[in-house]
Amino acid sequence: MKVGGWFAAALLAFIAFALSTDTGFAVHMAIVGVAALLTAAATMVRADHGALAGIWPPATPGGDSYDDEVIRWGVIATVFWGLVGFLAGLVIASQLAYPLLNLHSEYTTFGRLRPLHTSAVIFAFGGNALIATSYYVVQRTCRTRLAFPWLARFVFWGYQLFIVLAATGYVMGITESREYAEPEWYVDIWLTIVWVSYLAVYVGTVVRRHEPHIYVANWFYLGFIITVAMLHLVNNMSLPPSWFGSKSYSAFSGVQDALTQWWYGHNAVGFFLTAGFLGMMYYFVPKQAERPIYSYRLSIVHFWSLIFLYIWAGPHHLHYTALPDWAQTLGMVFSIVLWMPSWGGMINGLMTLNGAWDKVRTDPIIRMMVFALAFYGMATFEGPMMSIKSVNSLSHYTNWTIGHVHSGALGWNGMITFAALYYMAPRLWGRERLYSLRLVNWHFWLATIGIVLYASSMWVAGITQGLMWREYGSDGYLVYAFAEVVAAMHPYYVIRVSGGVLYLAGTIIMAWNIGMTIRGRLRVEAPMTDAAYDPSRDRPLPRAGTVQPVAAE
Amino acid sequence: MANLLGGHKRIERNVTLLAVLAFITVAIGGIIEIAPLFWISATVVKVQGVRPYTPLEQVGRNIYVREGCYGCHSQMIRPFRDEVERYGHYSLSSESMYDHPFQWGSERTGPDLARIGGRYSDTWHVEHMTDPRSVVPESIMPPYAFLADRDVKVSDIADHLRALRRVGVPYTDEDIASAQADLVTQGSADADASGLAKRYPDAKARDFDGDPGRLTEMDALVAYLQSLGTHIDFNAAEPLEKAK
Repeated sequence: MKVGGWFAAALLAFIAFALSTDTGFAVHMAIVGVAALLTAAATMVRADHGALAGIWPPATPGGDSYDDEVIRWGVIATVFWGLVGFLAGLVIASQLAYPLLNLHSEYTTFGRLRPLHTSAVIFAFGGNALIATSYYVVQRTCRTRLAFPWLARFVFWGYQLFIVLAATGYVMGITESREYAEPEWYVDIWLTIVWVSYLAVYVGTVVRRHEPHIYVANWFYLGFIITVAMLHLVNNMSLPPSWFGSKSYSAFSGVQDALTQWWYGHNAVGFFLTAGFLGMMYYFVPKQAERPIYSYRLSIVHFWSLIFLYIWAGPHHLHYTALPDWAQTLGMVFSIVLWMPSWGGMINGLMTLNGAWDKVRTDPIIRMMVFALAFYGMATFEGPMMSIKSVNSLSHYTNWTIGHVHSGALGWNGMITFAALYYMAPRLWGRERLYSLRLVNWHFWLATIGIVLYASSMWVAGITQGLMWREYGSDGYLVYAFAEVVAAMHPYYVIRVSGGVLYLAGTIIMAWNIGMTIRGRLRVEAPMTDAAYDPSRDRPLPRAGTVQPVAAE
Repeated sequence: MANLLGGHKRIERNVTLLAVLAFITVAIGGIIEIAPLFWISATVVKVQGVRPYTPLEQVGRNIYVREGCYGCHSQMIRPFRDEVERYGHYSLSSESMYDHPFQWGSERTGPDLARIGGRYSDTWHVEHMTDPRSVVPESIMPPYAFLADRDVKVSDIADHLRALRRVGVPYTDEDIASAQADLVTQGSADADASGLAKRYPDAKARDFDGDPGRLTEMDALVAYLQSLGTHIDFNAAEPLEKAK
């Protein structure tokens, strides 16, 4: 019956292909049709032989282990899309430094590749990381297997189809021009179906839990899934002129459209890139540090204040625009207040390492997590500062914003994801340990230097840009023509490219490391530290005159 | 506090309660900030001169969207001395009231375009699109020469105007009926443009791309750019103090 359904879907796609009014839509319907046929074929093969799953060790059927098959796919997809997204970023950064690299083709212009980069990194790399880790975390914190296993697989593959449609669409010029929500109406409808299925799998698994309490990581994942659904549905309301064409017109216009988009845009950051990744943080940091989370109360305050406040912050993207002043001020006030819950979360993560700080030296995975939290803290301080209207009057429209976004994305999202991947890979494939901890160390340092080069060059570039635009001479005229400011950016664009090269190099090392881990290899290497550690001696000396208490353990 | 935490125990044992409360929590901010924009009339004050896009300008706008121009160019001049001197009068909310979607942008890798209309000649725009560095040596813009080789699709323009009307742009039945004719007329130098001028006051009809006889995407994009920010006559506007 399932096979029949997929065949029907393929048929519908091919009918839409035949009726399509533009080439892009036709290509997309062909992709959908082929995907449906492949799914039908895969379903048949599985039904007939039931053996395909065997290539993934250890075999998952049976109730005595977690349902990890789809998470293994997710780890591989995350690494793959990470490479694609970072490479796309490197390409467009190089285009800004050397415009010849636009290659005189419509398919390779900066304008079309930029959404490819942002979506590949946020939704393909970040999204796959979120789906994979949420499946991993929800099973282990609820002590149960995934609900609706087939639906969980549909979510994974359906999400990959969404990514392929979005990415190919951008290259062909299919876009709604809503930043971080560029895919057109039919791709949006498909993502809605996938996302509701994701919610069903997630909530279903939580309902089946064997633990009385829902662990805090799951609150964040659940908040992220629900809010992204709300944002996606409202922001993508649009009307196509033809049901067989790719183009659609937004339901809103001008001011209302702008605020709807940035309400979405800022909360794509707030919920996709923050709440979801905090779910990751709340599970993997305590696990890797082997310490319980620092404060349960702080997690409660953190969760509710973060999700309540974030949603208000959108108008700070529209300071001094034609958006009414009251909305701008409201957005600014809430953005500044948001600093507190953000740092509450950072503190909760960092303090979890109390008593395990030595691991920052010996365990590069912990070091990545600490670094991720530190960058989370920096970006969530910088963000509220940039939302102050007078600061924003300088920073808006400049590369400072780009620097800010990347210190958050590369530093926080990237590093916490890498750490989670390194944590999961040996466990998912039943390996004793990672192929090489020293390669993790290399990855850490390459990524760190890359981020520092990227962020600092863009900070300087942004402030330079903002000051040059508003520079007046003693004669009362503007000093610089716009083109002169463009020319002044060149050295910073080149430095940014070098930062991107280092970050991508680190990711390639990670791909190699995880690939070898999957193949079951163990690199023979010296341990990261020779210093012997004796926990019983890692405590303060007793004060003179007091009797030393017997060790509590 | 202890009491509050006790209450929280109920929430974290009940996924439905957790989900519903989280949803209410995240819905509040958007409702309070966005919903009023639809009924506070001062949000968009209609200014004389602002009109819906002509079919050719709308096609050009769709190309602007398609090529991702908003990634580098804003269309929103802020009320600062340097911006007003560099780009012109600060942007009014009514100037984007027919923009589905809005194109305010978020970056100025290139300059603001809210009032680019009429600043340069059509020839300059065509040269600049074909090879940006031939007219601005410092430019890092990608070349868009291919626009001059691609014909505008004329047949479905009425569907586009109809869709825009359904989302709120006040196109009349007559506008929609003559959409195809208007599209072709505006892109040629020698057609009778009186109907177009009646429907879209201040619309300019000419051969924008220097390639007479063909209606290309270059025509459409240049027509769109040349219309940007030109509809309101700020010099003719009476100061409010005087009106009193």
